[in-house]
Amino acid sequence: MQALTILESTAFDLTVQRLCHQLIEDRGHLGGTALVGLQPRGVFFARRLRRELLRITGEKQVAYGELDITFHRDDFRQRAVTAIPATTDLDFSVEDRRVVLIDDVLFTGRSIRAGLDALLAFGRPRSVELMVFVDRRFNRELPIQPDYVGRYVDSLAGQRVSVEWQESDGVDRVLLQRTTP
Amino acid sequence: MSEVLGTRHLLGIDDLSAADMELIFRTADGFKEVLSRPIKKVPSLRDITIANLFFENSTRTRISFELAEKRLSADVVNFSSSTSSTKKGETLVDTVNNILSMKVDMVVMRHPDPGACIFLSRHVQARIVNAGDGTHEHPTQALLDAYSIREKLGRVKGVKVAIVGDILHSRVALSNVICLRKLGAEVMLCGPTTLMPRHARELGVLVSHDLNEALRWCDVANMLRIQLERQAGDGLAYFPSLREYSQLFGLDRKRLEAVGKQPVIMHPGPINRGVEITSEVADGGNSIILEQVENGVAVRMAVLFLLAGGMDRTAKG
Repeated sequence: MQALTILESTAFDLTVQRLCHQLIEDRGHLGGTALVGLQPRGVFFARRLRRELLRITGEKQVAYGELDITFHRDDFRQRAVTAIPATTDLDFSVEDRRVVLIDDVLFTGRSIRAGLDALLAFGRPRSVELMVFVDRRFNRELPIQPDYVGRYVDSLAGQRVSVEWQESDGVDRVLLQRTTP
Repeated sequence: MSEVLGTRHLLGIDDLSAADMELIFRTADGFKEVLSRPIKKVPSLRDITIANLFFENSTRTRISFELAEKRLSADVVNFSSSTSSTKKGETLVDTVNNILSMKVDMVVMRHPDPGACIFLSRHVQARIVNAGDGTHEHPTQALLDAYSIREKLGRVKGVKVAIVGDILHSRVALSNVICLRKLGAEVMLCGPTTLMPRHARELGVLVSHDLNEALRWCDVANMLRIQLERQAGDGLAYFPSLREYSQLFGLDRKRLEAVGKQPVIMHPGPINRGVEITSEVADGGNSIILEQVENGVAVRMAVLFLLAGGMDRTAKG
Protein backbone atom coordinates (compact mmCIF):
# COMPACT_ATOMS: atom_id res chain seq x y z
CA MET A 1 0.00 0.00 0.00
CA GLN A 2 1.54 3.26 -1.13
CA ALA A 3 0.27 6.44 0.52
CA LEU A 4 0.63 9.93 -0.86
CA THR A 5 -0.01 12.90 1.39
CA ILE A 6 -2.16 15.35 -0.53
CA LEU A 7 -2.80 17.78 2.31
CA GLU A 8 -0.50 18.32 5.28
CA SER A 9 -1.35 20.00 8.56
CA THR A 10 -0.82 23.71 7.75
CA ALA A 11 -2.90 23.61 4.59
CA PHE A 12 -5.35 21.29 6.37
CA ASP A 13 -5.95 23.88 9.09
CA LEU A 14 -6.33 26.69 6.53
CA THR A 15 -9.00 24.62 4.80
CA VAL A 16 -10.95 24.15 8.04
CA GLN A 17 -10.70 27.89 8.76
CA ARG A 18 -11.87 28.76 5.24
CA LEU A 19 -14.91 26.50 5.53
CA CYS A 20 -15.82 28.07 8.88
CA HIS A 21 -15.58 31.59 7.46
CA GLN A 22 -17.53 30.58 4.39
CA LEU A 23 -20.35 29.29 6.58
CA ILE A 24 -20.37 32.44 8.71
CA GLU A 25 -20.23 34.64 5.60
CA ASP A 26 -23.31 32.88 4.20
CA ARG A 27 -25.34 32.94 7.40
CA GLY A 28 -24.17 35.90 9.42
CA HIS A 29 -24.69 34.09 12.74
CA LEU A 30 -25.19 30.56 13.99
CA GLY A 31 -28.75 30.98 15.33
CA GLY A 32 -31.04 28.44 13.71
CA THR A 33 -28.08 26.47 12.35
CA ALA A 34 -27.55 22.85 13.34
CA LEU A 35 -24.33 20.97 12.63
CA VAL A 36 -24.86 17.25 12.09
CA GLY A 37 -21.85 14.96 11.60
CA LEU A 38 -22.19 11.52 10.02
CA GLN A 39 -20.78 8.50 11.85
CA PRO A 40 -18.21 7.08 11.86
CA ARG A 41 -15.62 9.49 10.35
CA GLY A 42 -17.63 12.63 9.65
CA VAL A 43 -18.01 13.36 13.35
CA PHE A 44 -14.32 14.25 13.77
CA PHE A 45 -14.74 16.94 11.10
CA ALA A 46 -18.02 18.11 12.66
CA ARG A 47 -16.50 18.38 16.16
CA ARG A 48 -13.59 20.40 14.80
CA LEU A 49 -15.96 22.70 12.93
CA ARG A 50 -18.05 23.28 16.02
CA ARG A 51 -14.98 24.17 18.08
CA GLU A 52 -13.60 26.55 15.47
CA LEU A 53 -16.96 28.16 14.68
CA LEU A 54 -17.57 28.94 18.35
CA ARG A 55 -14.03 30.32 18.70
CA ILE A 56 -14.34 32.56 15.63
CA THR A 57 -17.85 33.88 16.31
CA GLY A 58 -17.51 34.06 20.10
CA GLU A 59 -20.98 32.50 20.38
CA LYS A 60 -21.65 30.22 23.34
CA GLN A 61 -23.25 27.29 21.57
CA VAL A 62 -24.52 25.86 18.34
CA ALA A 63 -26.97 23.00 17.91
CA TYR A 64 -24.83 19.93 17.28
CA GLY A 65 -25.58 16.27 16.66
CA GLU A 66 -24.03 13.05 15.44
CA LEU A 67 -25.95 10.69 13.19
CA ASP A 68 -25.43 6.99 12.54
CA ILE A 69 -26.70 5.76 9.18
CA THR A 70 -26.21 1.98 9.53
CA PHE A 71 -29.93 1.18 9.50
CA HIS A 72 -30.57 3.47 6.52
CA ARG A 73 -27.91 2.07 4.19
CA ASP A 74 -29.08 0.50 0.93
CA ASP A 75 -26.17 -1.93 0.73
CA PHE A 76 -26.12 -3.63 4.12
CA ARG A 77 -26.91 -7.01 2.62
CA GLN A 78 -24.34 -6.67 -0.18
CA ARG A 79 -21.46 -6.17 2.23
CA ALA A 80 -19.50 -9.13 3.54
CA VAL A 81 -19.94 -8.05 7.15
CA THR A 82 -22.84 -6.41 8.91
CA ALA A 83 -21.86 -2.97 10.09
CA ILE A 84 -22.03 -2.48 13.83
CA PRO A 85 -23.99 0.68 14.50
CA ALA A 86 -22.22 3.67 16.02
CA THR A 87 -24.12 5.96 18.36
CA THR A 88 -26.56 8.57 17.20
CA ASP A 89 -26.55 11.57 19.51
CA LEU A 90 -29.05 14.14 18.31
CA ASP A 91 -30.97 15.54 21.25
CA PHE A 92 -32.91 18.28 19.49
CA SER A 93 -35.57 18.36 16.78
CA VAL A 94 -34.27 19.55 13.43
CA GLU A 95 -37.71 21.06 12.77
CA ASP A 96 -37.32 24.40 10.98
CA ARG A 97 -33.52 24.51 11.41
CA ARG A 98 -30.90 25.12 8.76
CA VAL A 99 -28.92 21.92 8.94
CA VAL A 100 -25.37 21.47 7.74
CA LEU A 101 -24.75 17.79 7.10
CA ILE A 102 -21.06 17.04 7.56
CA ASP A 103 -18.94 14.16 6.29
CA ASP A 104 -15.25 13.68 5.61
CA VAL A 105 -15.22 12.20 2.10
CA LEU A 106 -17.93 12.42 -0.57
CA PHE A 107 -17.52 9.53 -2.97
CA THR A 108 -20.51 7.67 -4.45
CA GLY A 109 -23.08 9.77 -2.59
CA ARG A 110 -24.77 6.75 -1.04
CA SER A 111 -23.82 7.58 2.54
CA ILE A 112 -25.22 11.08 2.12
CA ARG A 113 -28.45 9.66 0.70
CA ALA A 114 -28.74 7.45 3.78
CA GLY A 115 -27.78 10.40 5.99
CA LEU A 116 -30.56 12.57 4.53
CA ASP A 117 -33.02 9.77 5.10
CA ALA A 118 -31.89 9.32 8.71
CA LEU A 119 -31.94 13.08 9.34
CA LEU A 120 -35.56 13.42 8.25
CA ALA A 121 -36.59 11.02 11.04
CA PHE A 122 -35.81 13.89 13.43
CA GLY A 123 -38.20 16.40 11.88
CA ARG A 124 -38.54 18.65 8.85
CA PRO A 125 -35.59 21.02 8.59
CA ARG A 126 -35.97 24.36 6.80
CA SER A 127 -32.97 23.48 4.66
CA VAL A 128 -30.14 20.97 4.48
CA GLU A 129 -26.73 21.79 3.09
CA LEU A 130 -23.81 19.44 2.64
CA MET A 131 -20.26 20.14 3.75
CA VAL A 132 -17.47 17.66 2.98
CA PHE A 133 -13.75 17.86 3.56
CA VAL A 134 -12.86 15.95 0.39
CA ASP A 135 -14.98 15.62 -2.74
CA ARG A 136 -14.00 12.76 -5.07
CA ARG A 137 -16.11 14.29 -7.79
CA PHE A 138 -15.79 11.76 -10.61
CA ASN A 139 -17.17 8.70 -8.84
CA ARG A 140 -20.72 9.73 -8.05
CA GLU A 141 -23.49 7.11 -8.30
CA LEU A 142 -26.32 9.41 -7.18
CA PRO A 143 -27.17 13.03 -8.06
CA ILE A 144 -25.76 14.55 -4.85
CA GLN A 145 -23.47 17.60 -4.81
CA PRO A 146 -21.85 19.37 -1.86
CA ASP A 147 -22.45 23.03 -0.94
CA TYR A 148 -19.13 23.44 0.87
CA VAL A 149 -15.98 21.59 -0.18
CA GLY A 150 -12.56 21.46 1.49
CA ARG A 151 -10.64 19.94 -1.41
CA TYR A 152 -11.47 18.32 -4.70
CA VAL A 153 -9.52 15.13 -5.23
CA ASP A 154 -9.57 13.49 -8.62
CA SER A 155 -8.89 9.82 -8.10
CA LEU A 156 -9.62 6.42 -9.52
CA ALA A 157 -12.35 4.24 -8.10
CA GLY A 158 -9.81 1.67 -6.85
CA GLN A 159 -7.93 4.25 -4.81
CA ARG A 160 -8.73 5.24 -1.29
CA VAL A 161 -8.79 8.76 0.11
CA SER A 162 -8.64 9.02 3.88
CA VAL A 163 -8.84 12.06 6.10
CA GLU A 164 -6.95 11.77 9.38
CA TRP A 165 -7.60 13.94 12.41
CA GLN A 166 -5.40 15.04 15.29
CA GLU A 167 -8.08 13.84 17.74
CA SER A 168 -8.33 10.30 16.40
CA ASP A 169 -5.17 9.61 14.42
CA GLY A 170 -2.63 12.00 15.99
CA VAL A 171 -2.12 14.11 12.88
CA ASP A 172 -4.16 16.30 10.52
CA ARG A 173 -3.69 15.19 6.91
CA VAL A 174 -5.33 13.77 3.81
CA LEU A 175 -3.87 10.62 2.26
CA LEU A 176 -4.32 9.08 -1.14
CA GLN A 177 -3.78 5.33 -1.00
CA ARG A 178 -3.46 2.98 -3.90
CA THR A 179 -4.57 -0.53 -3.05
CA THR A 180 -2.18 -2.97 -4.72
CA PRO A 181 -4.07 -5.37 -7.01
CA MET B 1 -15.74 -9.05 18.05
CA SER B 2 -17.57 -10.96 15.38
CA GLU B 3 -19.60 -8.88 12.94
CA VAL B 4 -21.72 -11.67 11.49
CA LEU B 5 -24.04 -14.03 13.33
CA GLY B 6 -22.76 -17.59 13.34
CA THR B 7 -26.20 -18.91 12.45
CA ARG B 8 -28.77 -18.78 9.64
CA HIS B 9 -31.75 -19.25 11.91
CA LEU B 10 -32.51 -18.46 15.53
CA LEU B 11 -33.97 -21.77 16.69
CA GLY B 12 -32.62 -21.67 20.21
CA ILE B 13 -30.04 -19.93 22.35
CA ASP B 14 -27.87 -22.98 21.70
CA ASP B 15 -27.30 -21.61 18.17
CA LEU B 16 -25.57 -18.49 19.50
CA SER B 17 -22.08 -17.95 20.87
CA ALA B 18 -21.33 -15.33 23.52
CA ALA B 19 -19.86 -13.16 20.70
CA ASP B 20 -23.12 -13.48 18.73
CA MET B 21 -25.07 -12.30 21.76
CA GLU B 22 -22.75 -9.35 22.28
CA LEU B 23 -23.28 -8.43 18.60
CA ILE B 24 -27.06 -8.62 19.09
CA PHE B 25 -26.83 -6.41 22.20
CA ARG B 26 -24.66 -3.81 20.45
CA THR B 27 -27.08 -3.71 17.54
CA ALA B 28 -30.04 -3.48 19.93
CA ASP B 29 -28.41 -0.43 21.53
CA GLY B 30 -28.63 1.23 18.12
CA PHE B 31 -32.28 0.30 17.75
CA LYS B 32 -33.13 1.57 21.24
CA GLU B 33 -31.91 4.95 20.09
CA VAL B 34 -34.04 4.66 16.94
CA LEU B 35 -37.08 3.92 19.13
CA SER B 36 -36.55 7.19 21.00
CA ARG B 37 -36.70 9.26 17.80
CA PRO B 38 -39.79 11.21 16.73
CA ILE B 39 -40.03 8.87 13.70
CA LYS B 40 -39.32 5.39 15.05
CA LYS B 41 -38.79 3.66 11.76
CA VAL B 42 -35.81 2.71 9.60
CA PRO B 43 -35.88 1.30 6.07
CA SER B 44 -33.42 -1.59 6.62
CA LEU B 45 -35.77 -4.49 5.80
CA ARG B 46 -38.03 -2.82 3.26
CA ASP B 47 -37.35 -5.59 0.71
CA ILE B 48 -38.06 -8.41 3.18
CA THR B 49 -41.37 -10.13 3.83
CA ILE B 50 -41.89 -11.80 7.18
CA ALA B 51 -44.61 -14.26 8.13
CA ASN B 52 -45.61 -14.45 11.77
CA LEU B 53 -47.00 -17.93 12.33
CA PHE B 54 -48.58 -18.32 15.72
CA PHE B 55 -49.89 -21.82 16.34
CA GLU B 56 -50.30 -20.98 20.02
CA ASN B 57 -51.81 -17.96 21.73
CA SER B 58 -49.58 -15.03 22.43
CA THR B 59 -50.16 -11.36 22.93
CA ARG B 60 -46.97 -9.61 23.86
CA THR B 61 -44.45 -11.70 21.94
CA ARG B 62 -46.55 -11.37 18.84
CA ILE B 63 -47.07 -7.64 19.17
CA SER B 64 -43.42 -7.18 20.01
CA PHE B 65 -42.29 -9.07 16.90
CA GLU B 66 -44.82 -7.33 14.71
CA LEU B 67 -43.76 -3.92 15.97
CA ALA B 68 -40.09 -4.80 15.49
CA GLU B 69 -40.78 -5.91 11.91
CA LYS B 70 -42.81 -2.81 11.09
CA ARG B 71 -40.21 -0.49 12.56
CA LEU B 72 -37.67 -2.14 10.26
CA SER B 73 -40.05 -1.48 7.32
CA ALA B 74 -40.54 -5.18 6.53
CA ASP B 75 -43.77 -6.37 4.96
CA VAL B 76 -45.66 -8.49 7.48
CA VAL B 77 -48.24 -11.23 7.15
CA ASN B 78 -49.90 -12.60 10.25
CA PHE B 79 -51.29 -16.03 10.76
CA SER B 80 -52.86 -17.56 13.80
CA SER B 81 -53.96 -21.15 14.06
CA SER B 82 -57.42 -20.36 15.37
CA THR B 83 -58.40 -18.79 12.04
CA SER B 84 -56.52 -21.09 9.68
CA SER B 85 -56.55 -24.32 7.71
CA THR B 86 -54.58 -26.22 10.35
CA LYS B 87 -57.98 -26.63 11.92
CA LYS B 88 -58.87 -28.54 8.74
CA GLY B 89 -56.00 -30.98 9.24
CA GLU B 90 -53.23 -29.45 7.14
CA THR B 91 -49.70 -30.44 8.19
CA LEU B 92 -47.13 -27.93 9.43
CA VAL B 93 -44.87 -28.28 6.38
CA ASP B 94 -47.79 -27.87 3.99
CA THR B 95 -49.07 -24.80 5.78
CA VAL B 96 -45.66 -23.19 5.80
CA ASN B 97 -44.77 -24.14 2.23
CA ASN B 98 -48.00 -22.60 1.05
CA ILE B 99 -47.10 -19.39 2.78
CA LEU B 100 -43.52 -19.49 1.50
CA SER B 101 -44.62 -19.96 -2.09
CA MET B 102 -45.98 -16.45 -1.73
CA LYS B 103 -42.30 -15.37 -1.47
CA VAL B 104 -41.80 -14.92 2.23
CA ASP B 105 -38.17 -14.42 3.34
CA MET B 106 -38.41 -15.02 7.06
CA VAL B 107 -40.72 -16.90 9.38
CA VAL B 108 -41.31 -16.08 13.03
CA MET B 109 -43.03 -19.07 14.56
CA ARG B 110 -44.59 -20.05 17.83
CA HIS B 111 -45.73 -23.63 18.11
CA PRO B 112 -46.95 -25.84 20.99
CA ASP B 113 -44.61 -28.71 20.03
CA PRO B 114 -40.97 -28.67 21.17
CA GLY B 115 -38.62 -28.75 18.19
CA ALA B 116 -41.21 -27.54 15.65
CA CYS B 117 -38.87 -24.75 14.48
CA ILE B 118 -35.93 -27.13 14.07
CA PHE B 119 -38.11 -29.43 11.99
CA LEU B 120 -39.24 -26.52 9.87
CA SER B 121 -35.71 -25.20 9.30
CA ARG B 122 -34.80 -28.50 7.63
CA HIS B 123 -37.71 -28.32 5.19
CA VAL B 124 -38.03 -24.71 4.07
CA GLN B 125 -35.75 -22.09 2.55
CA ALA B 126 -36.70 -19.07 4.67
CA ARG B 127 -34.89 -17.92 7.80
CA ILE B 128 -36.66 -19.14 10.92
CA VAL B 129 -36.94 -17.32 14.23
CA ASN B 130 -38.29 -19.34 17.13
CA ALA B 131 -40.86 -17.36 19.11
CA GLY B 132 -41.39 -20.22 21.56
CA ASP B 133 -41.75 -23.93 20.84
CA GLY B 134 -43.65 -25.79 23.53
CA THR B 135 -41.58 -26.33 26.65
CA HIS B 136 -38.32 -26.20 24.68
CA GLU B 137 -36.93 -22.71 24.01
CA HIS B 138 -37.88 -19.06 23.72
CA PRO B 139 -34.61 -17.51 22.61
CA THR B 140 -35.63 -13.88 22.06
CA GLN B 141 -37.11 -13.74 25.57
CA ALA B 142 -33.80 -14.93 27.02
CA LEU B 143 -31.91 -12.36 24.93
CA LEU B 144 -34.12 -9.50 26.05
CA ASP B 145 -33.86 -10.65 29.68
CA ALA B 146 -30.06 -10.72 29.48
CA TYR B 147 -30.08 -7.39 27.65
CA SER B 148 -32.25 -5.87 30.40
CA ILE B 149 -29.87 -7.16 33.09
CA ARG B 150 -26.92 -5.75 31.14
CA GLU B 151 -28.69 -2.39 30.88
CA LYS B 152 -29.67 -2.26 34.56
CA LEU B 153 -26.46 -3.58 36.15
CA GLY B 154 -23.96 -2.73 33.41
CA ARG B 155 -22.86 -6.34 32.95
CA VAL B 156 -24.10 -9.91 32.84
CA LYS B 157 -20.89 -11.74 33.69
CA GLY B 158 -20.76 -12.66 37.37
CA VAL B 159 -24.34 -11.52 38.08
CA LYS B 160 -26.36 -13.92 40.25
CA VAL B 161 -29.77 -14.62 38.75
CA ALA B 162 -32.49 -16.62 40.48
CA ILE B 163 -35.22 -18.02 38.23
CA VAL B 164 -38.26 -18.79 40.35
CA GLY B 165 -41.42 -20.77 39.72
CA ASP B 166 -42.56 -23.37 37.22
CA ILE B 167 -39.19 -24.43 35.81
CA LEU B 168 -40.53 -27.71 34.43
CA HIS B 169 -42.91 -26.22 31.86
CA SER B 170 -40.96 -23.06 31.17
CA ARG B 171 -39.21 -22.50 27.86
CA VAL B 172 -38.23 -19.10 29.25
CA ALA B 173 -36.33 -20.81 32.07
CA LEU B 174 -34.42 -23.16 29.77
CA SER B 175 -33.45 -20.45 27.29
CA ASN B 176 -32.50 -18.13 30.14
CA VAL B 177 -30.28 -20.73 31.77
CA ILE B 178 -28.38 -21.44 28.53
CA CYS B 179 -28.10 -17.76 27.65
CA LEU B 180 -26.98 -16.57 31.10
CA ARG B 181 -24.49 -19.41 31.51
CA LYS B 182 -22.91 -18.60 28.13
CA LEU B 183 -22.61 -14.95 29.18
CA GLY B 184 -20.90 -15.91 32.44
CA ALA B 185 -23.72 -15.27 34.92
CA GLU B 186 -24.48 -17.58 37.86
CA VAL B 187 -27.95 -19.09 37.87
CA MET B 188 -30.10 -20.60 40.61
CA LEU B 189 -33.38 -22.34 39.82
CA CYS B 190 -35.97 -22.17 42.57
CA GLY B 191 -39.38 -23.83 42.74
CA PRO B 192 -41.36 -26.69 44.25
CA THR B 193 -39.88 -30.14 43.67
CA THR B 194 -42.84 -31.09 41.47
CA LEU B 195 -42.06 -28.22 39.08
CA MET B 196 -38.31 -28.78 38.96
CA PRO B 197 -36.86 -30.96 36.17
CA ARG B 198 -35.09 -33.97 37.68
CA HIS B 199 -31.78 -33.28 35.91
CA ALA B 200 -31.74 -29.51 36.43
CA ARG B 201 -28.31 -29.52 38.09
CA GLU B 202 -26.74 -30.93 34.95
CA LEU B 203 -27.32 -27.56 33.28
CA GLY B 204 -24.61 -26.17 35.58
CA VAL B 205 -26.95 -24.29 37.88
CA LEU B 206 -27.79 -24.23 41.58
CA VAL B 207 -31.14 -25.61 42.65
CA SER B 208 -33.16 -24.52 45.66
CA HIS B 209 -36.62 -25.17 46.97
CA ASP B 210 -36.56 -22.24 49.37
CA LEU B 211 -37.41 -18.82 47.97
CA ASN B 212 -35.84 -16.97 50.92
CA GLU B 213 -32.54 -18.73 50.30
CA ALA B 214 -32.69 -17.81 46.59
CA LEU B 215 -33.49 -14.18 47.39
CA ARG B 216 -30.60 -13.89 49.86
CA TRP B 217 -28.27 -15.25 47.18
CA CYS B 218 -29.35 -13.38 44.06
CA ASP B 219 -28.82 -9.96 42.46
CA VAL B 220 -31.73 -10.49 40.07
CA ALA B 221 -34.94 -12.45 40.65
CA ASN B 222 -36.78 -13.53 37.51
CA MET B 223 -40.26 -14.57 38.63
CA LEU B 224 -41.88 -16.96 36.17
CA ARG B 225 -45.57 -17.16 35.53
CA ILE B 226 -47.47 -20.09 36.96
CA GLN B 227 -48.86 -21.62 33.79
CA LEU B 228 -52.44 -22.12 34.85
CA GLU B 229 -53.40 -23.55 31.44
CA ARG B 230 -50.79 -26.31 31.72
CA GLN B 231 -51.89 -27.10 35.29
CA ALA B 232 -55.42 -27.71 34.13
CA GLY B 233 -54.60 -29.13 30.71
CA ASP B 234 -52.84 -32.36 31.55
CA GLY B 235 -55.06 -33.33 34.44
CA LEU B 236 -52.20 -33.27 36.92
CA ALA B 237 -51.87 -31.10 39.97
CA TYR B 238 -48.34 -29.99 40.71
CA PHE B 239 -49.18 -28.28 43.98
CA PRO B 240 -52.17 -28.43 46.33
CA SER B 241 -53.51 -24.91 45.75
CA LEU B 242 -52.60 -21.52 44.32
CA ARG B 243 -52.88 -20.13 47.84
CA GLU B 244 -50.25 -22.54 49.10
CA TYR B 245 -48.00 -21.85 46.13
CA SER B 246 -48.22 -18.14 46.69
CA GLN B 247 -47.45 -18.53 50.39
CA LEU B 248 -44.32 -20.57 49.67
CA PHE B 249 -43.09 -19.12 46.36
CA GLY B 250 -44.92 -15.82 45.96
CA LEU B 251 -42.86 -12.64 46.16
CA ASP B 252 -44.20 -9.82 48.32
CA ARG B 253 -42.82 -6.81 50.19
CA LYS B 254 -42.84 -8.58 53.57
CA ARG B 255 -40.65 -11.37 52.26
CA LEU B 256 -38.18 -8.93 50.73
CA GLU B 257 -38.03 -6.99 54.01
CA ALA B 258 -37.51 -10.20 55.99
CA VAL B 259 -34.66 -11.23 53.68
CA GLY B 260 -33.20 -7.74 53.87
CA LYS B 261 -32.25 -7.51 50.19
CA GLN B 262 -33.52 -5.58 47.19
CA PRO B 263 -32.82 -7.66 44.11
CA VAL B 264 -33.78 -6.46 40.63
CA ILE B 265 -37.22 -7.93 39.86
CA MET B 266 -38.04 -9.38 36.44
CA HIS B 267 -41.05 -11.19 35.00
CA PRO B 268 -41.55 -12.41 31.43
CA GLY B 269 -45.30 -11.70 31.63
CA PRO B 270 -48.18 -12.06 31.66
CA ILE B 271 -48.26 -11.63 35.44
CA ASN B 272 -50.66 -13.52 37.68
CA ARG B 273 -50.88 -10.71 40.20
CA GLY B 274 -51.08 -12.02 43.74
CA VAL B 275 -49.88 -15.52 42.78
CA GLU B 276 -46.16 -15.46 41.92
CA ILE B 277 -45.72 -11.76 42.67
CA THR B 278 -47.76 -9.04 44.38
CA SER B 279 -48.67 -5.82 42.59
CA GLU B 280 -46.66 -3.85 45.12
CA VAL B 281 -43.42 -5.61 44.15
CA ALA B 282 -44.20 -5.90 40.44
CA ASP B 283 -44.79 -2.14 40.19
CA GLY B 284 -42.10 -1.20 42.71
CA GLY B 285 -38.84 0.67 42.21
CA ASN B 286 -36.63 -2.38 41.68
CA SER B 287 -38.87 -3.87 39.04
CA ILE B 288 -37.68 -3.70 35.42
CA ILE B 289 -40.71 -5.59 34.06
CA LEU B 290 -41.78 -2.76 31.76
CA GLU B 291 -38.20 -2.15 30.61
CA GLN B 292 -38.13 -5.81 29.57
CA VAL B 293 -41.12 -5.21 27.31
CA GLU B 294 -39.55 -2.07 25.85
CA ASN B 295 -36.21 -3.80 25.28
CA GLY B 296 -38.01 -6.72 23.65
CA VAL B 297 -38.77 -4.66 20.55
CA ALA B 298 -35.17 -3.42 20.21
CA VAL B 299 -33.69 -6.90 20.74
CA ARG B 300 -36.07 -8.48 18.22
CA MET B 301 -35.24 -5.75 15.72
CA ALA B 302 -31.55 -6.59 16.20
CA VAL B 303 -32.15 -10.33 15.67
CA LEU B 304 -34.19 -9.80 12.49
CA PHE B 305 -31.75 -7.19 11.17
CA LEU B 306 -28.71 -9.42 11.72
CA LEU B 307 -30.35 -12.54 10.29
CA ALA B 308 -31.45 -10.57 7.21
CA GLY B 309 -27.92 -9.17 6.91
CA GLY B 310 -26.65 -12.63 6.01
CA MET B 311 -29.17 -13.06 3.20
CA ASP B 312 -27.74 -12.73 -0.27
CA ARG B 313 -30.42 -11.02 -2.33
CA THR B 314 -28.50 -11.38 -5.59
CA ALA B 315 -28.46 -15.17 -5.33
CA LYS B 316 -32.22 -15.26 -4.98
CA GLY B 317 -34.29 -16.13 -8.02
